[in-house]
Amino acid sequence: MSASTFDEVRSIASDILGLPVARLTADSSPETVESWDSVQHLNLVLALEEKFGLQLSPEEIEQMKTLGATATLIETKLQSTPR
Amino acid sequence: MSGDHNPPNRRTEIDAHIADGNVDRAASELRELWRREPGSATASFVSARLDQLRDKLPLSKFKLAILRSFTVEPILPLLRAEAFAYAIEVEIHLGDFNTYVQEIVDAGSSLYRFAPNAIILAVRAGDVAPDLAREFAALSPEAAQQAADRVARNYEQWVHSFRQHSQAVLIIHSLERPAHPSLGVLDSQTETGQSGRIRQINRELRRVAGEVRGVYILDYDALVARYGNAHWHDERKWLMARLPIAADHLLHMAREWTRFLVPLAGRTCKALVVDLDNTLWGGIIGEDGMAGIKVGAEYPGAAFQALQRALLDLARRGILLAICSKNNPDDALEAIEKHPGMLVRAKDFAAMRINWGDKSQNLREIAQELNIGIDALAFLDDNPFEREQVRAALPEVFVIDISGNPLEYAGAVRDCPVFERLSLSAEDQQRTSMYAEQRQRSDAEHNFQSKEDFFRYLEQEADLDPITDLTLARVAQLTQKTNQFNTTTRRYSDAQITDLAKQPDWHIFSIKVRDRFGDHGLVGVAITRDEGDQCEIDTFLLSCRVIGRTVETALLAHLAKSAAERGCQRLIGWFLPTKKNAPARDFYQQHGFVRGETSNSGTLWVLDLKTSTLASPDWIKLNVAAAATTR
Repeated sequence: MSASTFDEVRSIASDILGLPVARLTADSSPETVESWDSVQHLNLVLALEEKFGLQLSPEEIEQMKTLGATATLIETKLQSTPR
Repeated sequence: MSGDHNPPNRRTEIDAHIADGNVDRAASELRELWRREPGSATASFVSARLDQLRDKLPLSKFKLAILRSFTVEPILPLLRAEAFAYAIEVEIHLGDFNTYVQEIVDAGSSLYRFAPNAIILAVRAGDVAPDLAREFAALSPEAAQQAADRVARNYEQWVHSFRQHSQAVLIIHSLERPAHPSLGVLDSQTETGQSGRIRQINRELRRVAGEVRGVYILDYDALVARYGNAHWHDERKWLMARLPIAADHLLHMAREWTRFLVPLAGRTCKALVVDLDNTLWGGIIGEDGMAGIKVGAEYPGAAFQALQRALLDLARRGILLAICSKNNPDDALEAIEKHPGMLVRAKDFAAMRINWGDKSQNLREIAQELNIGIDALAFLDDNPFEREQVRAALPEVFVIDISGNPLEYAGAVRDCPVFERLSLSAEDQQRTSMYAEQRQRSDAEHNFQSKEDFFRYLEQEADLDPITDLTLARVAQLTQKTNQFNTTTRRYSDAQITDLAKQPDWHIFSIKVRDRFGDHGLVGVAITRDEGDQCEIDTFLLSCRVIGRTVETALLAHLAKSAAERGCQRLIGWFLPTKKNAPARDFYQQHGFVRGETSNSGTLWVLDLKTSTLASPDWIKLNVAAAATTR
């Protein structure tokens, strides 16, 4: 994943999860971040879809186990979708 | 896409302002952030900061209950952030999935305990009419009609049950027609197809809303159509999370709700002040001349005609139009009056400031001339510099954000919630001509030796009438909108006024005024309550149009007379000071009331009715309807 996509995903997660950017890493996950519950997971999905102009399937949402994995997923989607 | 998400600098600055206790700066930066990048992520950020700031900012508190058949949780931060742009702090009560019927019919439900100002009933056709929405092919024509009748009847019962338990406003989402109707193109050929049955329910909803006060319809079908049915929906999110709306459109749902909240919370604007060059027409009149500016039926002039049509629509809603432009007045006025492409003319504007002065100073003068607060002004200008200057100098003015594309100007004005009205009175529809008459009165006033000569010359005539169905909406509207000459600033909804009018110890008085220049309409309201041998003035207000014409004396004298006739010994009234109601501060004292008790919120004034000499001035001809005195 590229640094710029990760930075964007991280700043969106920072807004949604209510944490400073510095507290979030590629390994951050629902297990390590207290505010990352199922409601915030949905909010994160919606914010990413809105920001990047794409739609995520239930299978793809399953893959969002960490912030790093989320950024990789977004990047793959952006490359495969003609924009 | 990269770089589109604002670097977190602005967010860091906002948090620093909050930490430093610099709340005004934090609030304006938050609003700026929201203007620049409205969306789900920003909404979460704004919403969390509002939790820290809300008690320190001058926000209108609004309690909103949402009863729903689908997931709305992700829309709520968007709604809070959007409402904050209009200085409204929304507190939300959310019903459980599909428990709306229990919540409505049970007087002791958590819905009513929450005591909302308004309730949104956001229910989808698939949930309230599953057979019509999903199993239409299985229904006989008779069964389909019965199903539609049943759903309409259910809604009607809920509305009536709701009104028994609450005076709050009710906003009902109309039902959405199917994107792919059961009968294909044949469905459109008849009123008895799937779409026709949904339309039937919506027609019935509209009828019920027309019959019961404070019930409004949100046209969900039209909302979806505006953004495109195929884009609006997200079937996967519906199946996964019961969220039927695609991520891109959650903001649009929040904005549609806000169009109702802004007028309900009294955050509307009374006047729109527009710039001329490259706003009302294309080009610069001082450089391009009459032949060079663009306004007409063809592109690019058509974009400016579209904006002018939007302005005329606002005027019909009772919103005053004014001009603030840096120009030579002669050039500009010639274009306004003579250019063949112009749809708005000088007569459509209640005030004009065409000069080379500072716009914020001109806006101040316009507010003064129109006798409205600065916060009742909205401002439209293509020049970002002017917008920023006004925002900085007059943060109370609502500055409309527009892109550099004139084709979007009309939409920006039409979509702006500060111009929404939920009811229209006769006064609203002819406001501009009333202001023209006002200008003639002001000119006349200068020619008289004494005030009294002027009052006699005015030939004022006032009707004191009991409240009727026709005037109820206007009376409620005045309680909601009047800020200056208002002793207590108590706001009442249509439904609350209806309720008060039924109470035997409460009396509601309204006054209509006309004079030799024209008709002011219904401009004053007083509400009193008898308690033992005293009569308390709960509300006394006067539209700013007639302040200082002694109409207030006539109305107060009438209250005193009527209270005395009912056997009251004293007439009492609180003055509760606000930022704006200084014009009413000395009102009771000037009319012989003596100071009574004082509390944190204000001062009580008392008039002894046995010794009072309070009388209506003899230069106002009074017409008192019998029912207003006795009922």
